[in-house]
Formats: sequence, C-alpha cells, structure tokens
Amino acid sequence: MNYSIIVYIIGWILNFQAIFMVLPCITAVIYRESAGFSFVIAMVLCLVAGIPLTRKKPSNRVFYTREGYVTVALSWIVLSIAGALPFIFSRSIPNPIDALFETISGFTTTGASILTAVEGLPHCVLFWRSFTHWIGGMGVLVFLLCLLPLSGGYQMSLMRAESPGPSVSKLVPKVRSTAKILYTIYFALTVLEIIFLLLGGMPLFDTLCTAFGTAGTGGFGVKNDSIAGYSPYLQTVTAIFMILFGINFSVYYLIITKKFMQALKIEELRYYLGIIALSTLTIALDIRHLFHGVWETLRTALFQVGSIITTTGFATADFNQWPGLSRTILVMLMFVGACAGSTGGGIKVSRFIILWRALRKELHLFLHPNAVKKVRMDGKSISHEVLRSTNNFIMVYFLIFAVSVLILSFNEFDLVTNFTAVAATINNIGPGLELVGPTGNFSMFSPLSKCVLCFDMLAGRLEIFPLVLLFARDTWKKF
Amino acid sequence: MQIIIVGCGKVGRTLAEQLQEEETDLTLIDTSPEKINSATEGIDAMGVVGNGASINTLMEAGIESADILIAVTESDELNLLCCLIAQKTGHCHTIARVRNPIYYKEYDFIKKRLGVAMIINPELAAAQEISRLLSFPSAIKIDSFAKGKVELLKFKVMPEFGLDGMSVSQISAKLRCDILICAIESKDNMAIPGGNHVIHNGDFVSIIASRVNASLFFKKIGLKTNQVKNTIIVGGGEISYYLSDMLLPMHINVKIIEKDRAICEQLSDLLPGATIINGDGTDRALLMEEGLAKAESFVTLTNMDEENIFLSLYAKTVSSAKQVAKISRLSYDDVIDSLDVGSVIYPKYITADYILQYVRAAQNSIGSNVETLYHILDNQAEALEFAIHEKSPVVGIPLAQLNLKKNLLVGCLNRNGKVRIPRGQDSIQVGDTVIIVTTNKGLRDIRDILER
Repeated sequence: MNYSIIVYIIGWILNFQAIFMVLPCITAVIYRESAGFSFVIAMVLCLVAGIPLTRKKPSNRVFYTREGYVTVALSWIVLSIAGALPFIFSRSIPNPIDALFETISGFTTTGASILTAVEGLPHCVLFWRSFTHWIGGMGVLVFLLCLLPLSGGYQMSLMRAESPGPSVSKLVPKVRSTAKILYTIYFALTVLEIIFLLLGGMPLFDTLCTAFGTAGTGGFGVKNDSIAGYSPYLQTVTAIFMILFGINFSVYYLIITKKFMQALKIEELRYYLGIIALSTLTIALDIRHLFHGVWETLRTALFQVGSIITTTGFATADFNQWPGLSRTILVMLMFVGACAGSTGGGIKVSRFIILWRALRKELHLFLHPNAVKKVRMDGKSISHEVLRSTNNFIMVYFLIFAVSVLILSFNEFDLVTNFTAVAATINNIGPGLELVGPTGNFSMFSPLSKCVLCFDMLAGRLEIFPLVLLFARDTWKKF
Repeated sequence: MQIIIVGCGKVGRTLAEQLQEEETDLTLIDTSPEKINSATEGIDAMGVVGNGASINTLMEAGIESADILIAVTESDELNLLCCLIAQKTGHCHTIARVRNPIYYKEYDFIKKRLGVAMIINPELAAAQEISRLLSFPSAIKIDSFAKGKVELLKFKVMPEFGLDGMSVSQISAKLRCDILICAIESKDNMAIPGGNHVIHNGDFVSIIASRVNASLFFKKIGLKTNQVKNTIIVGGGEISYYLSDMLLPMHINVKIIEKDRAICEQLSDLLPGATIINGDGTDRALLMEEGLAKAESFVTLTNMDEENIFLSLYAKTVSSAKQVAKISRLSYDDVIDSLDVGSVIYPKYITADYILQYVRAAQNSIGSNVETLYHILDNQAEALEFAIHEKSPVVGIPLAQLNLKKNLLVGCLNRNGKVRIPRGQDSIQVGDTVIIVTTNKGLRDIRDILER
C-alpha cells in the first residue's frame, strides 16, 4: 500500500475543505454572526494539517485500485470529521457524535438531522449544512480530479470508487475532462434552479440553501417545516429540479452534444420517469381526500415521490399521516433510488433493471437448460463482472441493512421507526416514518445507534464496497 | 488532438501508453472486452468494444472529430479497411500496419490512391534497424536524419579509446573530425555538453555526424568501424528474410539457422545467396560447428525472448561478435539493459516509435515546421529537424552571435544536400534543414531556440 500518496491526497482534501469554509465565513460577515469565528478556527486547523501534507509530491507514484478505494473511503471520513468542527466550536451542536452525524448526513446528501429546530441556528451554520450537500453531491474527489494534475491510471480508480452506479463510464477519453464536464453540468443546473427560485420570490439565503439541498439531492432545509411553507410555484420548481438531479448526468452530456434521440433511448431514464409517473398517480388517488383540488393533490404527490426516489428528503406534507398504501409506496421508492451517475442515492434504477433481467434469464434457463442468453441493457449485453458485482452489492446491502436494524432495535422503538431509519440513512434520503418521519428527527437514538447510522450513510453514498474494504484485513496486508 | 487506436495488442498498448503522456484524447477500439478493460484500467483513454471496420463502432469512438486513426490489429486487410472507412466518414489522417509483403510492395498505390497517410511494416522496420546496426557495429543505437544523410549514433566509451578524462573541446582539437558530441550519459546523469565537459570510461556518448565522418572518428579512436563481413541469424521468420535480403546485396555472408525444415526450404528458395542450416539454434555444438567463434555478428530472432537473450549472452563468452537480440514480449527492459547483451531490438517499440514520430510531426505541424522528432536518451532530450522556409531572427547571423537557450545545440546544417557540422562562424540560411538537440521540450519553431 502506497501510504504517501494517500496521505498526500487527503492533505489536499483538507486544503479544499478550508477553501469551502470561506463561504460560511462570508455568510457570517453579512449577517454579523459571531459563529463565523468557529469556521475561521476550523479553517486554520484544516490548513495546519493539510499544507504540510501537500508540500511535497510523493516520489512513489504507485497507485492501484486498492489505493483508490482506501483513499476514497478515508477521504470521506476525514472530510466529515473536519466538517463537523464548526458545529462543535459554535456550540450549535455541542455533542461531537451529533455533530459528526449531522456532517456525515450533509456530505452524504442524506439530510437526516438530529436537530429539533433549525430556525434558531445562526445563518452561517445553516449555510454550511446545506453547502455540504452540494460538495458531497457530485463527490469531492471528482472535484479534486478537475483541479489536481494527477496523471495516468490513478484517476480512473478514484472515479470508479466514488461514482455511483453498477459500472462507470467516461463521457470523454480523459478522466480529468470528464470530471470537468460533470461539474460544469452540475454547476449550471444549480444556477438555473437558483434563478427559477429567485423569480418565485424566495429570499436569496433560502434560495441558495434550497438549491444546494436539491442539487446534491440532500434535503437539509432552513425552515422547521422543510419546503411546506413556500408557495406552490416554488414547491413545483423544487420538485422538478429534484427529479432532474436524479437523472444520469450522461443524459445531459448527450443533450449538450445534440444527441437527443440517443438520450431519450436510455432505458434507465425511461424506467425512472415511468416509476415516478406511476407512483405519483397511485399516491394522488390514495390521498385525494386529504387535499383540496386535483392540482394540489398531484403536486403534493409528485413532490413527495420526487423527493423520495431521488433520495432528497424534502417534505411539503407530513406523509407519516398518509394512508398505508402511500406510505408503503414511498418506503419502496426509498430502495429504488435515482439513476446511476446522478447525485442521488439508493440502490439505483439501473441495478433493478439488471436484476430483473437477470431473473428473467434465470427463469428462461429453467425451461431451456442449454440455452445461452445474455442480459442486455441499452442494446448492449451486460458483462459477467457487472452482473456479479450487482448481485454481491444487493447481498451486502441487505446484510448491512439487517444488522443495522438489529442494533437499532436495542433502543426499544417500534419496528417501523427502526426499519425506516436505516432505510432513510443507507439510501441517503433523510426522513423515514413514525418517530423519524418528516416532523421527527434522529436525536433520540443512542450514541451507538447514531454511529451505526453514520456508517450506513457513508456506505450508502460510497456504494458500500469502498467502506467495507476499509475493514477487510486483506486491504491492509503488506503482501 | 484526438486519436483513435484500433487494436489493443502489443503495439496498440505501447502506443497508447506513450501517447497518453501528451496532450491527446485517446480512444481505443478492440473486439475483446477483456483487452479493452485491462487497457483502460491503466491508461487514461476511452475504450470501445467492437469491430474497428464497422462504421457504428467508429462513430461511437468519435471518428467524425478525430485527427488521426491508427489501425494496428492482427489483420492487414482489417487495418486497411479501417483506414478507408475512417477517411470516408471523417477528416482524419490514417496509419495502418501492413505486414504482408504483397501489400507492402504496393506501398505507393496504397498511399497515393487509397489515401492512407502512412503504412508501416514492423518486421521490415526491425530488419532495417538491424541492418543499420550491422553496417555500423560500434554503435548501440542509430537514428537517422535528413533522409539518412546524417546519423545520431550512441556508443559506450571503453578504456582502450584513450578518451578518459578528456574534455569535449580537447577531443575535437586532438582528433580533428567533423563530428559533434551532442549528449553524454554517465551513470545517473545526462547532459548536453559544453566544451569543458569531461568524458569518463563507461559513459554513453551520442554524436551527430555524416556516416563517412562518423567512421573516420571511430577509426581514430580505435573502434572497429567496418561493416561486418558475415553474420549468423538464429530463427527464420519474417525479420530474418527481410534482413537477409538487405544484407546479401551488401556482400555480407548470411547464415540462417532454423528448426523447421519447411521454412528452411522456403528460405533457400527465396534467398539463394544465403546459407540455410536446418537445426536447433540453441544447440551449442551446432553453433560452434557453424563457426560462431569466428562470426563477426550474431543475430537472435527466435520467437522466444528468453532464448534470444540467453544465446546472446552465450555468444559473448565464446566470440567477439556484435550481438543483436530481438525482444517481442518481455517488458523487463531495465533488467535486459543491465545484462550487457549488446544491441536489443524491440519490434513493438520500433513500430510505436515510427507512428509516434508521425503523430508528433502532425501535432507539431500546426504552426510549426518540425520535420522529424526523436526522443533520445530515455525521453530526457529531443532531437528535432527543422526546415527553414522563411526569414527569421535566426537566419543569416553567425551562430556564435545568437543568444541560444541553455542545454541546446545546433547539431547539423543540411544545405543543398550537403551536410556539415556547424561552427561558431556558420549561419543558418533559408532553404536549410537544421537539427537541434535539446532538453527544452516543446520547441515548435526554429525561433524558439533563442533565449527570450
């Protein structure tokens, strides 16, 4: 294992963290808040640790897949710890475990909170909470790849470890150019949303925080009632952008390069939009007696479906009070998740397409034992490796899920709370049902349970394997 | 610059590895997903699985905006077809590897009428390199400039030359040869030498000279310079055939040892002037019987890299022959270099080098006039050939008065077909071609040799 290069990259992560914290500092200056000093202290600490580590480029350039996974996992842990410092220093969240939970929830774009009321917090702290969503959404190492001149095969192992989805493909030949294109699309879409929200009369501060929360598909709001207090126009804009950010970014690249037909033919996109449409209609029928008028019902249903399937976690209504059918559909959507290559979490639509077709192939083989059949998606056959890793992913996913629910049940809460708490964190959504529903929060869990949920959030964001590898003995073996 | 490489074999990969270091966007095409996977794992390039002669695959790889397509698959026909289709759809230059002598003989037609910019035959290129080495056995490596009139030769300084401890200016004063010492590599240092640079035994020295002057220089320092009179070639493949075909007209005695009877008969048919021996080239007694001890050169071209190296090492112990070994697969270059097996020929690098030169020239040709470009001394320095088409601040002024960059030498002037090593009072004129040796990379124009 080449430790020097791992430490070097982590050093850069800390430096960038310090740069990111400039923004909440500016917020603090604008609102004249003393909490801004906690960001300055955290910045200095990051730089003190980061600059010595990055002063010299390590001579040992060996970088294989193993280093890639370890770097990504460790980077996210370091990022979360450093990001939690301002919460502790400003005494907004004095308990270190709570602060860590909140930060991890931010960077992994989960949006699960241990805070009972957010409106009393200083603006700079609220801004930082939302901004962590934006950083974590597209991935901090992808960001690093745009800026750091790392040459050769490195980049692919980093990108593969951080990007969500069953298989990673580049948009253009060079990893660095790909990273730049992804961030440009991300940035442009965010700006577009900010413009639309400002046009609807949302205050600038709320606009920025909401846009960050939507872009990263995070879900931290600046109001106690999430998005429910805003006008129908603002709710619709947010819903549409949530769904847009849940789409595979290569679709946007195809649109930019004027390959519209190819973009429309991507099967994952069709299924994703299909699932959204079907769920929205079913839920709207189910909850029609709770709201007045067709449009309000449809809008509320669409917002909640979009919010859950893209794993954002904003809420315009307390869906905990909805009938059983709607609640069940929402919990199922939690597992489906967004498209691969988007900023959303969950298992991903493409994995379900692959699994469904693999199952059909299996049935086919029962009837025709000697048949040769390939699993196909987008007109191409899926390689055995992708199929195998998808199967393993699902297996490990539910294993972690089961163990987490078991550990949480020591808290003596009801099964729905425990089940949806784990579902909401491992899928990076935020709110679950019952005690952790849109009006509840995660503060009542024991410290151990919070640690487990932190692990689930990181595992969900990094698609499990990078994080699990950290705990595998083989990873650290010299030989 | 966007480059598409069709075929991810030995050569395709070597090319991709070298091209990714430069400002290029690479796309690799191969029919085997495994090959694409393993290549894109280590190389920052996009991989497309498919047949490179299929228009859909080429479109997916972005043929419409590509600048160069390089076809290096197993099959000649596929390579040529790739190039033809690529030209019809895009505006790219195309390069094809063509092995079959039948097609290669139609070089002119393929180039002019089919529009393939460059075709390369790896076996022929390897044979050419070996024949150059045999006609100049003292050099370890030879690159040629100015259409072969000038050569860049690398040799190792031995105690018997009496050069140890002499400075570069002393050497030129004492020997009075029209050569230029353009680079000196000692153990872990490499330099473009000034007049005071001192040479030691064991250094590798590169000189620029015309062939006549180079042999004069080697004669004066007491190095065997005449071309070899005879050679033993082990292995009767394509390279052996091309090589023998080149050596026989040079009045070099050729003896080929080949195991396979059928190949022997074929060779004897094609090469009436050569002695063909049917036997195992690794048989010690056979080698001695055929006069290895007296041979002036010994070329090992079997399909087994290990055999080639081992035979070379053996030849070193029993004779003073110039040894040339072919390595096709092994990637332990550094280990092989440390073995002292004489000259080593890597066909995959030769092919890749030829293509790279073309790519670099194409890359450079945007606003520049580089004719040839060699990366020398393990890529630490470049030797570039510029054509002077117009007047510029460097033209007409004696070199001694030009404010040249550090670590830069004007190596050679080629005027009206005559080659000369420039002295301080010489000046560059319009119509010349000039060779520049430098460690400053990225020169695009002759003006760039001046210090800013």
